[in-house]
Amino acid sequence: MAEEFLRIENLVKTFGTNTVVKGANLSFNRGEFISLLGPSGCGKTTILRMVAGFERPSSGNILVEGKDITPLQPNQRKVGMVFQAYALFPNMNVEDNVAFGLKIAGMPADQRRVRVEEMLNLIGLPAATFGKRFPFEMSGGQQQRVALARALAPKPRMLLLDEPLSALDAKIRVSLRQEIRSIQRELGITTIFVTHDQEEALSISDRIVVMSAGNVEQFGTPFEIYNRPATRFVATFVGTLNTLTARVLDAAAHTVDVDGQVLRLASLPAGAAANAPLSLTMRPEAVALGKPNGQDVVLSGKIKEVHFLGSVIRLKVDLGQNTLSLDTFNDTHTPPPALDEQVQVSLNSSDILILPN
Amino acid sequence: MKNGKLWAWVMFAVGAVYFIGPLLATLQFSLSIRRDGYSLDAYRNVFISPDFQQSFVHSLLIGVAAIVVGLLIVVPAAYFVRLRAPQLRPLIEFVTLLPLIIPPIILVFGYIRLYSSSSILPLTNSSVGTEVLLILAYVALALPYMYRAVDTGLRTIDVQTLTEAANILGANTLTILLQVIFPNILVAVLSGAFLTLAIVVGEFTIASLLNVPVFGVYMQNVGANRAFEPAALAVISFVITWAAMGMIQLLARFAPKTARS
Repeated sequence: MAEEFLRIENLVKTFGTNTVVKGANLSFNRGEFISLLGPSGCGKTTILRMVAGFERPSSGNILVEGKDITPLQPNQRKVGMVFQAYALFPNMNVEDNVAFGLKIAGMPADQRRVRVEEMLNLIGLPAATFGKRFPFEMSGGQQQRVALARALAPKPRMLLLDEPLSALDAKIRVSLRQEIRSIQRELGITTIFVTHDQEEALSISDRIVVMSAGNVEQFGTPFEIYNRPATRFVATFVGTLNTLTARVLDAAAHTVDVDGQVLRLASLPAGAAANAPLSLTMRPEAVALGKPNGQDVVLSGKIKEVHFLGSVIRLKVDLGQNTLSLDTFNDTHTPPPALDEQVQVSLNSSDILILPN
Repeated sequence: MKNGKLWAWVMFAVGAVYFIGPLLATLQFSLSIRRDGYSLDAYRNVFISPDFQQSFVHSLLIGVAAIVVGLLIVVPAAYFVRLRAPQLRPLIEFVTLLPLIIPPIILVFGYIRLYSSSSILPLTNSSVGTEVLLILAYVALALPYMYRAVDTGLRTIDVQTLTEAANILGANTLTILLQVIFPNILVAVLSGAFLTLAIVVGEFTIASLLNVPVFGVYMQNVGANRAFEPAALAVISFVITWAAMGMIQLLARFAPKTARS
């Protein structure tokens, strides 16, 4: 059984009349990589800053290994943090930046040198080449690696990452996020990563906290978040989602009408009555062109758009009032359908989610 | 376009003549102590005068003390206003401008009234007390320049993030100020320091009324009793001021290295 490391209890943060975190309850295990995911202003950074000690909660508690750290100052929490803007000390070279926390902790100079070298090797910027460089002499990606080394050098019990990749270009982002994840795995340090990029969160997290307007919408593994979104917000924020407007035909038979086509669903929400409107949602990759694998739900429509994305082709099919997006793998022997071509699309009724509004 | 450029040069020339003309006249006069030609005798007379040496060193020491006290007040104040109370900035800026609005004569009479022998803190009773009072007066006088220089320095760095980064690595406020903030605004701080020095070295009103024999008072005394030496002193004090300004320019070249983050 996983060991609980960090517990957040009824955490509330209010700025004036604006409540930015509305009673968060979360529990993170030792060594986990957790992402706080959500749009700007959802409260994810505020939670991180409360864990760091930069913001005082209006109410609620933060417990690390069962001990309440809420009253502690940031410099008493033994937490490492990497900031979006790198925040390297401009007056210090790389070695001095990484050694800063060790110096504050009173580590003797010879041990400090060894630890700095160890950390710089860990992030792939050996001291012999990069140690004497100043931050302004390095690229953004290199600066952020140094910031990571600086945060990890004093052996913190937890690592906080506040959108550390946001200021970097796309290619560096991908390589650095993988590097961060492998370093985190190597050290086994509990890590909280704040991001608004769902792909980033899905690709590197053990579990994800999806937030919206100060509320925790869902807390689960990337697989659960993507495939079984708990709320409409999670479903629309994470990944692409088709939403079809339907009408209940026969509640007992689980049949609904979508643009004049009758579909039989696996189930309907309790209390669904005939003629009641419904929103059916499904991922583009759950929908197939034709009926290749005996899917039980079939719809007919006309090709409205074709987007060739390389390995994947995204099609938009006009069903009448509704439009359905679907992704199909590029097959070198089969060209994509033409515009206005009449097609059949299919999916499994189990892949259709009926989300509460 | 060409016409505009010509006018710019004309305006520049008029300005240059307006400012440089009197200076050249002063320089020429300071070199004219002998009837038979130019000489540096006036400067020699000034430099060998023990009063000059004493008053100049005295002024420098008071200037350095005013800079140190000013920095101890201004750097933490500007830092905390930027970090914790940005809403107070307009108020602080207004307060720091007051020394420009209130004439030094008013300031010094206020001081004498507050700290004379009949007050509860009779600083003017002793020479040390009077010098302390003079230093504090110069701190107030230099406040507009010092605060702005430090504030400009703070604007070039991300004060909040650097503070938080150092804080979470275990540093307390004093360590953050001394090891992170201060070194990164050093160039700006030195600009403020040189401006303060330039002001202090030439100041007369407050020093005279507090009866402290500093350089400004010496210059006034020489001006009242001699002919050519005051001109030489004026040129010397201009050179000192320019040297201070030159140092600011020189230091500004090093600014980008430490200011970029």
